[in-house]
Amino acid sequence: MGIRHGPLPPSGLLLDARNLGRRVAGRWLWRGLDLALAAGERLAVSGPSGSGKTLLLRALAGLDGLDEGEIELQGRGLRSWSMPRYRTQVAYLPQRPAMVEGTVEDNLQLPFGLAAHRSTPFPERSARRALGQLGRGESFLRQRTEGLSGGEAQLVAVLRVLLLEPSVLLLDEPTASLDEAATVALEDLVAAWLNGAPERAVIWTSHQQTQLERVANRRLTLAGHA
Amino acid sequence: MNDVAYLPIGPPQLLLAASLIAVNLALSLGLRLGLTRTLLIASVRMTVQLLLIGLVLEWVFALDEPLPILAIALLMSALAGVSAVQRTKRRFAGVYWDSLVSVLSAAFLVTGFALVGIVRVRPWYDAQYLIPLLGMVLGNVLNGISLALDRFTEGVAQRRAQAELLLTLGATRWEAGHALIVDALRVGMIPTVNAMMVMGIVSLPGMMTGQILAGAAPADAVRYQIVIMFMIAAATALGAFGVVMLAFSRLFDRQHRLRSERLESVGR
Repeated sequence: MGIRHGPLPPSGLLLDARNLGRRVAGRWLWRGLDLALAAGERLAVSGPSGSGKTLLLRALAGLDGLDEGEIELQGRGLRSWSMPRYRTQVAYLPQRPAMVEGTVEDNLQLPFGLAAHRSTPFPERSARRALGQLGRGESFLRQRTEGLSGGEAQLVAVLRVLLLEPSVLLLDEPTASLDEAATVALEDLVAAWLNGAPERAVIWTSHQQTQLERVANRRLTLAGHA
Repeated sequence: MNDVAYLPIGPPQLLLAASLIAVNLALSLGLRLGLTRTLLIASVRMTVQLLLIGLVLEWVFALDEPLPILAIALLMSALAGVSAVQRTKRRFAGVYWDSLVSVLSAAFLVTGFALVGIVRVRPWYDAQYLIPLLGMVLGNVLNGISLALDRFTEGVAQRRAQAELLLTLGATRWEAGHALIVDALRVGMIPTVNAMMVMGIVSLPGMMTGQILAGAAPADAVRYQIVIMFMIAAATALGAFGVVMLAFSRLFDRQHRLRSERLESVGR
């Protein structure tokens, strides 16, 4: 699990969402939305504030419901997946990362205590290697998360998810509160993960047009009807 | 009822006791606590409710029929279920129902076991035993349920990010809610555990004191108290567990999603 990926459907699509609709307070945020994500793709979702970018990513991760539409992952409908297992494949990262009390290492190990990942040992070497590439050493692992800067916490959160080797990564404004160095580090981390295996894809949302042009090769714009 | 082993209290003595509220009123007025009105309402409510229940119980005790006694028991439980919710700050659709079901099943199971199995009352519905035992249990289950429920819903609201973090990492709803459940149950049991710890040393429990005043031998009164404390402990645990699990299944749905939008805060 985690490491192995299911076979892709004939369409070659990793994630295939059709006719999605979401209503909030009586009006449609988006409706009739199609979103197909092929292996290797880097999709940017843009749109004004309140156009439902976050709700779209959360719906794709099965964290929020849909009012209309179907989602298929690796050719299988969302309803036929057990949600915990689905989310090991489709990983959502919120704008502001949550940490559990304890050290960076505790946080990186956290998912491996869950039933969905219990058969996978904590990939300690990959974690150390990735931290090394970020210029962070042994002492960083023992640092308590309360003392991390916003950028450091976001990097830990991204690394925590990437160590689970999902097939689809949903990044919700991941660099909104990061400085330039941390932004570059995060983008590099994601790029390295994406290049690590063919059947992976990522969706970004961001307010920075330049960033979306840099990290994505396709764009979906949400209109945000008033 | 004539040849009783205690001194009866008449209306003049009740009035004299009521005059003690002057202490509270003087403090409230002198220190401008703003409690005067509330204190007066609470005093009147307490007195009227107790005098009324005295009349009702006299009537019920005389009946010797299971149905009206059970009806009273049901009514008491329903009131306990509603009051338990009214002390919480955040509610969700169905919370009254969850509380009611938890109070009823916990109180009836434990009181039933005590009546039939421990005290061995005959007939089992004898109001002299059923009503006071149930009342003691309900009062405590109510506390346990409202504390546990309040803590759980507060936890869902405040620690939403943590629970959702676990869900995004592939946790089941059970794994994501486990810490909140454990915390709520612990808080729900605190008053009972505290009471048991100091009972007889710091506090002489009301029921035991009442029995002693009514002429029971202290050794007998103490045994009743022990029975009732075990009943309370078991019923509180059952009730708190029931209500937290019901709330959990509404706030963490079967799709392993956190439904914190179902929570509404109640102003106050």
